[in-house]
Amino acid sequence: MTTNIVEIDNLSFGYKGRLLHKGINMVFPRGKVVAIMGGSGSGKTTLLRLIGGQIKPSKGEVRVDGEVVHKQDRDGIYKLRRKMGMLFQHGALFTDLSVFDNVAFPMRELTDLPESMIRDLVLMKLNAVGLRGAYNFMPTELSGGMARRVALARAVALDPNIIMYDEPFAGLDPISMGVICDLIRSLNDALGATSIIVSHDVKETFLIADYVYFVANGEVAAEGTPHDLMQSTLPFVHQFVHGEKDGPVPFHYPAANYQSELLNQSSAK
Amino acid sequence: MIKSKLLYSITRTLRGIGKRMIERIWRLGAGTRLFFLTIFYSGESFKRFHLTLREIYFTGVMSLLIIVVSAFFVGMVLALQGYNTLQKYGSSEAIGVLVALSLVRELGPVVTALLFAGRAGTAITAEIGLMKTTEQLSAMEMMAVNPIARVIAPRFWAGVISMPILATLFSMVGILGGYMVAVPLIGVDDGAFWSQMQANVDFRTDIVDGLIKSLVFGVACTMIALFEGFDAPPTAEGVSRATTRTVVISSLTVLALDFVLTSFMLVI
Repeated sequence: MTTNIVEIDNLSFGYKGRLLHKGINMVFPRGKVVAIMGGSGSGKTTLLRLIGGQIKPSKGEVRVDGEVVHKQDRDGIYKLRRKMGMLFQHGALFTDLSVFDNVAFPMRELTDLPESMIRDLVLMKLNAVGLRGAYNFMPTELSGGMARRVALARAVALDPNIIMYDEPFAGLDPISMGVICDLIRSLNDALGATSIIVSHDVKETFLIADYVYFVANGEVAAEGTPHDLMQSTLPFVHQFVHGEKDGPVPFHYPAANYQSELLNQSSAK
Repeated sequence: MIKSKLLYSITRTLRGIGKRMIERIWRLGAGTRLFFLTIFYSGESFKRFHLTLREIYFTGVMSLLIIVVSAFFVGMVLALQGYNTLQKYGSSEAIGVLVALSLVRELGPVVTALLFAGRAGTAITAEIGLMKTTEQLSAMEMMAVNPIARVIAPRFWAGVISMPILATLFSMVGILGGYMVAVPLIGVDDGAFWSQMQANVDFRTDIVDGLIKSLVFGVACTMIALFEGFDAPPTAEGVSRATTRTVVISSLTVLALDFVLTSFMLVI
């Protein structure tokens, strides 16, 4: 058994002629909560999709439990995905299924467990996220935070080794954010899993992560423990962590000279 | 200067036509690929036939009302128009045959397919498109559940099974509508209406051919609706355009396929 459950080695990925990642190296040790942070459009979610084998890298490789993801056939990829659980940004609950059936979905599809056992397991998972009482609700009856918690229960339904979170805190109120934050850490420790969090919420992520990678301009711009990164003097990390308006990431998108553009109206069009 | 502008305009137009052609061919290829993948993964979905039964309810049973009401009116109009023409030749008793043959051979399969595309086809496209937009299909993929086997194949077979049944019902209700106008309203002889129909409607060349047509239309309409949803850009505008395309492409495909099938059936 390797120490790192996921390894990203010299990974490059691009599409439509644009290189999104340029030789990225990352490791995700077993049992840890590792965060990938960076600005919008820096390719954080794409990294999760590469780990999950939904897209193939242009160069380099992603290894999950020692297996190179993009070299697997369909069955191989599905076998690897059974070790993974993923929480999507907006939950991605199946809108035609109730909360109970959403959590039961992976159990019914991927196992031969009897319905009585599925019932018990679903109620246990829902209890873990505090929503056992909402088992018969439909997804449309849930608030954003509740939907995220149900999706989390579904993601851990089969006790995965790797749990991936795509922007788990986005659009949540402070209470829901605190609940999700606490659940990510406690579920990770209870299941003995490895969590990979993609986020740009510094405060919450730093609270639960053991290690953080900062991605900018297609590369790993910085890495370290949350404590190290809080003290970092690297301009990009400093700007990001302290939420400064201007810095290495400029406020203004590159454009022609302001004065000449205003004076020459026709060229602006 | 003018020449170069003209040349630029022509090349731009040609480039635009070429681009659209390539896009159309690409989409045709992608649609065909999805069709074969659907057939390939159908075995997995047949193991859980309750999924297909559920979709038969949504696509077939929920389309019943629009099919039955339309069929009744189509049958009544056919009887009115048919009687108006036939009585000039003194053969108003043949009204039953006219109504039955028109419905069984042409109007039943074609109008059912057009209504199906508008009612069930758009619902399928919007549902799949929204599932894609809200990452439900990606979530399924990440759970190692194949969306083609779990989502596409049951809907495909539901459409293929529902269409011939709906077309048969359309023809039956249409004949009933024709009867209501021809016999009680106009006063055509009851016995002549049914006996001429019985004598002149052939099971093999009329009814079976009509069923074959509706089966082909079922495959085409359902597959177009599924592909449009599956291929829709994950935005509100993308889903809305895909839904419109489902109706337009399905309608044109049904009418074109009807001509091709009729030609073959008349020759054979």
